[in-house]
Amino acid sequence: MVTFLRKRILSSAIPLVCVVLGVFFLARMTGDPVDLYLPLSATAEQRAEFSAAQGFDLSIPAQLWNYLVDAVHLDFGTSLRTGQSATEMVLDAFPVTLQLAGVTMLLAITGAVLIGSLAAYRPNSLVDRIASLLSMTAASIPDFWFAVMGVLVFGVSLAWLPTSGTLGGPEVWVLPVATLLIRPFGVLVQVVRGSMVSALSAPYVKIARSKGATPRRVIFGHALRNAVTPVLTVAGDLTVGLVNGAVIVETIFGWPGIGKLMIDSILQRDFAVLQAAVLLTAVTIFALNILVDVCHALTDPRVRQAVPA
Amino acid sequence: MTTTSAPALDVEGLCVDLSTPSGTVRAVDGVSFSVRHGRTLALLGESGCGKSMTALSVVGLLDPTASVTGGAVRVRGKDTLRLSPAERRKLAGPVLSIVFQDALTALNPVQPVGRQIGEPFRIHRGLSRRQAEEKAIELMTRVGIPEPRQRAKSYPHQFSGGMRQRLLIAMAVALDPDVLIADEPTTALDVTVQAQIMRLLRDLQDERDMAVVLITHDLAVVAQRADDVVVMYAGTVVEQGTVHDVFTSPRHPYTRGLLDSVPEDAERGRPLPAVPGSPPELSAVPPGCVFQARCPLVRERCVRERPSLRSAGDGRSAACHFSEELDRA
Repeated sequence: MVTFLRKRILSSAIPLVCVVLGVFFLARMTGDPVDLYLPLSATAEQRAEFSAAQGFDLSIPAQLWNYLVDAVHLDFGTSLRTGQSATEMVLDAFPVTLQLAGVTMLLAITGAVLIGSLAAYRPNSLVDRIASLLSMTAASIPDFWFAVMGVLVFGVSLAWLPTSGTLGGPEVWVLPVATLLIRPFGVLVQVVRGSMVSALSAPYVKIARSKGATPRRVIFGHALRNAVTPVLTVAGDLTVGLVNGAVIVETIFGWPGIGKLMIDSILQRDFAVLQAAVLLTAVTIFALNILVDVCHALTDPRVRQAVPA
Repeated sequence: MTTTSAPALDVEGLCVDLSTPSGTVRAVDGVSFSVRHGRTLALLGESGCGKSMTALSVVGLLDPTASVTGGAVRVRGKDTLRLSPAERRKLAGPVLSIVFQDALTALNPVQPVGRQIGEPFRIHRGLSRRQAEEKAIELMTRVGIPEPRQRAKSYPHQFSGGMRQRLLIAMAVALDPDVLIADEPTTALDVTVQAQIMRLLRDLQDERDMAVVLITHDLAVVAQRADDVVVMYAGTVVEQGTVHDVFTSPRHPYTRGLLDSVPEDAERGRPLPAVPGSPPELSAVPPGCVFQARCPLVRERCVRERPSLRSAGDGRSAACHFSEELDRA
């Protein structure tokens, strides 16, 4: 398992370096921060002074070198907007997104495994048809539309739920989580159903039944663990999508998470914060993928063995 | 519990319907046979003749698209088709058991084999996981798995095809069933391994006095291994009797055609004889004799009237209006 992990982490290193470089160059393509921060009437001296203070006057390779050296020390500079350390700002915002994504995925996976398994147990039954219709709808609704409609109906018309912010009881969670949840839930129900149907029709399930196993033993003892592999893969992918989807949801609902932080720093040319935020997101995504692989190895002995010692 | 004269398994008039996108078709039509303890009955026929469907109905493992619509499957004096699912499960393992063709997919890929082989003891005898594993190791030793104690912790993909088939057999005989159904148990294996598996099955059968139902399309396997044979064609039984009688003097033109198509040394250099044509689609089985389209003896009566299975002397029977003509022909 240790070898497995080491190999997996090493193979993530190269794409990670690409992300680090990409962030640096892309951010500089969005425009000159000096124009944005100083008033139009600023003199050439003022502009030069500002550039020198922020290191924008150096050549691009020199800026890149400084950036890389600092990145290794987890120092991404200070925010142009607030003067706070970029790393600190990102680390403050990150748990908010993580909580949102975590709660959402937990609900989506639990719900999908339950409903998907029920639907798969009797294909084409009424339960199956209803589940298919619901999951298809859920997977097809655009999240920004759902968010806006949610705010309109439950926030404005009915006034049951707050429209934005994180202050308050559990009710502040409802709309953001529902918005993030709807697509992964719909997709996962379909994946769980599909892989359960094929697992339940496998010969080893017949053999288990021929040994007199109860339906519960057949589903949970034999089928589920075989069905879990594709579900894990898709769930991992969806979680990555969720970290991205957080940009929209956090902006609409005013959650101070990493998504909102990213949007704000793009709009304000706040390079330091943007670089830190993108990098942390990238690391998270790599970590998620490694986690999914580890789960695969844990559930399937064939994956475990495929890694040469 | 069972006297030696009563059959261990008695199937009577079994009918199985299959629902397909284009309507319901009858896959098994009035199949009857019985097997006594210690005896082997072969269900012989080509793909799609309903032999596997018959076997799956006996052990109650039909897919949801298929359903038993008539007949009886009696073991220990009970008709299993009339039992509740829970009562059926009590028979699955200790009374009726099955071995499949493809041992790789028949074993659960994510469970150690020892746990799978021990599972019948956990389900029916309430043994602990550790006790069941001990039983599994005993069984693995019995079916000839080297180093069973270590290998019990291995997964199915770590075994060869022949070893996997042994594991599957070990699992099937775990609780000393009255009846073991072997659905093409050697089809996926090398010839040398086939012989070993057949010998193992024979030894286990003798040891435990099991009735074996052997499902196969291999005439050689039937000749070497079975006592009685039931020849199936398009969901019906066309001939049955002892292997010796049926193979030396077939009473149905289909059986005759099958036996004639076995290549022999004397015929080297000549084209292989074969039964011309192919079996009817299940959705288009003709009203008369099911074999009429391919039969060399076919005449007007065969198109009009389906021959029923009738006695052809010495406890054997055939479903042909003109079976007497095959005598010494």
